[in-house]
Amino acid sequence: MTTMTIAKAINEGLRATLAGNPRTLLMGEDIGPLGGVYRVTDGLIGEFGADRVVDTPLAESGIIGTAIGLALSGFRPVCEIQFDGFVFPGFNQITTQLAKMHSRSNGNLTVPVVIRIPYGGGIGSIEHHSESPEALFAHTAGIRIITPSNPHDAYWMIQQAVDCQDPVIVFEPKRRYWLKGDVDTAAPGRSADPFAAHVLREGTDATVVAYGPLVPVALAAANAAAEDGHSVEVIDLRSISPIDFDTVTASVKKTGRLIVTHEAPTFGGIGGEIAARVSERAFHSLEAPVLRVGGFHMPYPVAKVEEDYLPDIDRILEALERALAY
Amino acid sequence: MGTQLPSTEFDGTDTDDRREAQAEAVLGDPDVPMVQLLRPDGTLGTDPVFSEYAARLDAGKLRGFYADMAKIRRFDVEATALQRQGQLALWVPLTGQEAAQIGSGRASQPQDYIFPTYREHGVALTRNVDLAELLRQFRGVSNGGWSPKDTNFHLYTLVLAAQTPHAVGYAMGIQREQKLAPTGEKAAVMVYFGDGASSEGDVHESMVFASSFNAPVVFFCQNNHWAISVPTTVQTRIPLSNRAKGYGFPGIRVDGNDVIAVHAVTEWALDRARRGESPVLIEAFTYRVGAHTTADDPTKYRGSEEEAQWRAKDPLERLEKYLRAEGLADDAFFEQVKADGDELAAYVRKTTHDLETPDIRQAFANTYAEAHPLVAEELAWFEDYSAGFADEAAEAEDTGTQGTATDGAASR
Repeated sequence: MTTMTIAKAINEGLRATLAGNPRTLLMGEDIGPLGGVYRVTDGLIGEFGADRVVDTPLAESGIIGTAIGLALSGFRPVCEIQFDGFVFPGFNQITTQLAKMHSRSNGNLTVPVVIRIPYGGGIGSIEHHSESPEALFAHTAGIRIITPSNPHDAYWMIQQAVDCQDPVIVFEPKRRYWLKGDVDTAAPGRSADPFAAHVLREGTDATVVAYGPLVPVALAAANAAAEDGHSVEVIDLRSISPIDFDTVTASVKKTGRLIVTHEAPTFGGIGGEIAARVSERAFHSLEAPVLRVGGFHMPYPVAKVEEDYLPDIDRILEALERALAY
Repeated sequence: MGTQLPSTEFDGTDTDDRREAQAEAVLGDPDVPMVQLLRPDGTLGTDPVFSEYAARLDAGKLRGFYADMAKIRRFDVEATALQRQGQLALWVPLTGQEAAQIGSGRASQPQDYIFPTYREHGVALTRNVDLAELLRQFRGVSNGGWSPKDTNFHLYTLVLAAQTPHAVGYAMGIQREQKLAPTGEKAAVMVYFGDGASSEGDVHESMVFASSFNAPVVFFCQNNHWAISVPTTVQTRIPLSNRAKGYGFPGIRVDGNDVIAVHAVTEWALDRARRGESPVLIEAFTYRVGAHTTADDPTKYRGSEEEAQWRAKDPLERLEKYLRAEGLADDAFFEQVKADGDELAAYVRKTTHDLETPDIRQAFANTYAEAHPLVAEELAWFEDYSAGFADEAAEAEDTGTQGTATDGAASR
């Protein structure tokens, strides 16, 4: 066991995959000598050289598009998009090309491209630096989306993404980059399947599903609820596409109440998808409507008011009270 | 290099100015250098660099170029007819662009990898793609139809210019592969796009990446003068080949209706790319004689006079004149080419009718490379749903009554 931050865990995960496969390479803006704006790739260019840790021109479509070509020629590119709000110049390449290549080639071609995107708010930043666009990608068949919430998962999930034959987007909770935790670099343990949800805390009265940056918030809310005598189960979703509905459904069948929280706007979001599936699979177990705690239907607000926008402990507790009142 | 097309003089608002500028752009500006070896009258000219390449072509190769061009034109006619008869949803004709495609495709080596747009049927022929397979996409039974790994000819890409960064990335892969396993055979990548797609941002980003990493890639732009109904003058105010200068690699305009010049220039460019000297942009100056697709009506946006001027520069006619004048081919050869074309057409017609309609289960299977629970769940639902119809149909048969659901899912 080693204690490290999420950023360091991803760094170590990338180092392991670069060392393990000569056809893995990293691409992105400022990922070389600078080590990325969040230093996630710090030191890697020195170890693996500029052919494998590639500082690219400043062009997101070019990054994703050339990564597709590299994957077609037998390589495993890991692209870094500098910030969530800057992925959109590459949106066309991701949705019309990357996601469809395997399907449109009738299974003849695979494009194992990994796209790392630091996402989410709470860092007091400027426009386009705090967004959560995961639902826009989850709607696209052909790609997988995962998001670690702790260093151990971060270390293993980045490597599992590289090993996957399908394209994978890894949304990295940027405000948790400095969150420390124990990492077992010898074995993934319960994190062997990157697409499985984890029950982080058991409970009997309600379930809270969270992912990425809100996992610690959901756990804190569960602790606070416990003080009021409510037993709350917390699930770290980990994978946004596919979603581990089996784990979520099993929990709701036990607790009867579900709250889903994410930073992304609730409208058209992952929470709505989970609510719909759970109502299909566990309708008779539900004691209350599935409630969502998420962002508002507005562009991500300016930093000085982002605290009013982001789901926090109190907003999760407020939803919990409403659910328990049914 | 000539500096600018006369078209830069118009302000873009006056219709007559615009037509005049377009006419000049279409005919070619004599101030813009263009590599041409085989003139429209069928005589062979000279070029300080490329005559040497032309000299290497023996009679067999030249006859092969003609046979290829005639074959693909015949194929184009057949595919258009199949669309008119309702056998294809859409067809994208290439007539007029045979020299650009056969000349460049025949200049590629088997180890090179080719990224087409969606009109490169001639290039497909040179890469040994079964032309009947090529029609799968247009018949609606596949989004691909051939195996790119077997032909090194990628699938058609319908989102314009989206394949250009793929080509550069593939070329970057070749660079790295040669370092990992420096065994010998050097390869390059060639990517096709048109004058319309040249305006897409992906072309710009691709050329920046290609230049920055000195990728072994040749950008082959067929300037066929029309992006559906919009003329080249709306896409560019300078010759497209000049754009290469801005990226720091060579750009060459070649007479796209001259198969000998296209072959020479492409061979030069691919050699250069394989040697790792630089990317190259080739602008093949040609013309889409037919419609953009079978859904298009060119009479709404361009004059018959313009079309006639380009028909006079026909790529097949000029090569036929040359072959006959030089005594390199006789009547028997041209009769054989015609017979071969008709045979191909018959094969394509027959095979198209026989193309198997896929099962939607294949779409479930190919959405992801690895197992996916949502796909599995939806497939299971679909199987149950379909089986329900089958039960109903069987029940109806047993009781001797007419089933209400004997089509659709029941027939699966």
